[in-house]
Amino acid sequence: MSVAPALTASLRAVGLIGPGLPDWPTAAGVLAGGEYAAQPTVIPALECLPGAERRRTGTVVRLALNAGLEAVSRGAADAAALPAVFTSSGGDGLNCHEICETLASAERYISPTRFHNSVHNAAAGYWGIATGATAAANALCAHDASFGAGLIEALTQVQVEATAVLLIAYDASYPDPMRSVRPIPDAFAVALLLAPEVRAGALARLTVSVTDAPAARMDDAPLETLRASVPAARSLPLLRQLALGTAGRIVIDYLGDQRLSVEVA
Amino acid sequence: MRPLALTAYTATSCIGRGLAATHETLAAQRSGLAPCAFETVTLDTSVGEVPGLDSAALPAELGEFECRNNRLALLGLRQDGFADAVRECLGRHGRTRVGVWLGTSTSGILETEIAYRKRGPGGELPATFRYRGAHNTFSLAAFVRQVLGVAGPAAVISSACSSSAKVFASARRAIEAQLVDAAVVGGVDSLCLTTLYGFNSLQLVSRTPCRPFDAARDGISIGEAAAFALLERVPGSCDAGTALLLGTGESSDAHHMSTPHPQGRGARAAMLAALADAGLGPTDIDYINFHGTGTPGNDAAEARAVAATLGARVPGSSTKGATGHTLGAAGALEAVICTLALRHSLMPAGVNTTQVDPALEVHYLRENRPAPLRRVLSNSFGFGGSNCSLIFGRAG
Repeated sequence: MSVAPALTASLRAVGLIGPGLPDWPTAAGVLAGGEYAAQPTVIPALECLPGAERRRTGTVVRLALNAGLEAVSRGAADAAALPAVFTSSGGDGLNCHEICETLASAERYISPTRFHNSVHNAAAGYWGIATGATAAANALCAHDASFGAGLIEALTQVQVEATAVLLIAYDASYPDPMRSVRPIPDAFAVALLLAPEVRAGALARLTVSVTDAPAARMDDAPLETLRASVPAARSLPLLRQLALGTAGRIVIDYLGDQRLSVEVA
Repeated sequence: MRPLALTAYTATSCIGRGLAATHETLAAQRSGLAPCAFETVTLDTSVGEVPGLDSAALPAELGEFECRNNRLALLGLRQDGFADAVRECLGRHGRTRVGVWLGTSTSGILETEIAYRKRGPGGELPATFRYRGAHNTFSLAAFVRQVLGVAGPAAVISSACSSSAKVFASARRAIEAQLVDAAVVGGVDSLCLTTLYGFNSLQLVSRTPCRPFDAARDGISIGEAAAFALLERVPGSCDAGTALLLGTGESSDAHHMSTPHPQGRGARAAMLAALADAGLGPTDIDYINFHGTGTPGNDAAEARAVAATLGARVPGSSTKGATGHTLGAAGALEAVICTLALRHSLMPAGVNTTQVDPALEVHYLRENRPAPLRRVLSNSFGFGGSNCSLIFGRAG
């Protein structure tokens, strides 16, 4: 049996939206030791979609796209030329709830928009329409391991295809009654712009391998609650390391029986 | 890319459980589609239902995963010695060196649809409802990992009807990057109300068994399937005839959520990327398994894309007239059908189609055609403009 080799990429930029964390600079300030004031996540409107498409998008799509746009903008990248990896545990939970309610009624008429928004790759589809990106776009799910699964997919693309890749991990609350069986308290999205080669202005080099060491936790109780309750926020220990601007190795959650070790250099 | 070997593979759909039954139905040019009598559905349409799933409860130790989709997955894993082949593979490489990449569009949502009819007075779900094991999109991969004892990296790809084609691309990157030594790939999608009523609301469901590329085609027939393959590096001493994955190509339309680019822009890009990945030219493809859903717009866009990339002379067919559109399982099901075509030197006909649309510049096979095949291409295109083309061949 061979030893699991590592995947590596240069991190060019981050985008982030979370509760009390409107963007990456604010989040970086909090994660580097600033005070965290938890507030409901505010998801901005999307200016980049045509009016008709904009009216059809739900908050979850706006969440994912805004995080992606922030990373692309901070990394001065051309969104239209980037492959993208979207990963989410539950996708658009409100849309799913509305469909199930309709199907439980006598009428069973699902609107066409509601149906095409129900696909797990809805955010990827709207991203293409919004940015003109015609490269490959992926749409992953791995329940609580969704961030780790997305990170692995993005890093293998960087390494094998020798291309920059945009990773967007996002999750939002279900309404009741699904919320009671899958309690995700609020919306959180993080986008990482990853590339094969180091370029001036890169934030760090990431080297990822599978480990069975335990995952790092957040010292701040509300941030730890966020990390443990939102799959996309399992990225927080990595984001804290980036915010501190220091080299180090951290472990983040992945599948039930394994974690990911991330070397930040 | 370096070719990968499909060291085991299997498919279960309305045309048969396992490879022998699937091949037999294709060789006989039969369709598995029948008038819809599924659950409480009252739509006037045909479906490709896998018989026996209602009474095929999961073993008690897998009860947390109970849902139609995982029942179909288990039925599929039990065909053609697939589970045994994976066990041998785990012995060769180690449990953590084998990954799982599977596609599904709706996972176990049928359970959720039924649970919503049984909500309590406060709107609460029944106590038996299982989110992680049945509803969540990852349920399929978690289930298959547990059944097979695989412990490497895992993900579900859920990009609508390209899902289980794209798993081949993700898995081959993971092998190429040496993250894993082998990968279980595949797709499972099962009948549910969301897709039947959803496609109906888009007026994309045919009342008759679907007729891809027919002049009178008027929509899809929804089917269900489980298809799996075991991908490994090509061994030094590879048996002649071993099925090979030669190339993968992915693209996005960046056009519309539910209709393809009319000129097939994204489809062209996916096919060209797959050819480039395989180091092949357009004349190297002997047969095309079309995405061919049977809607007027999809087939027209695909025909234009194929004519522009491979030329209109390459024979092809859509096997959805036989199997129905199995959505998130279609990519893997049609990948397995491509390997059957290679193995048996038989290009399967597109059944149900009686008059090929003269407006489509396409070489469409309405009858089975025996021919030695070296390389075949399979197309899978989904909502959100998600496109994937795969190229398969055989060793030696």
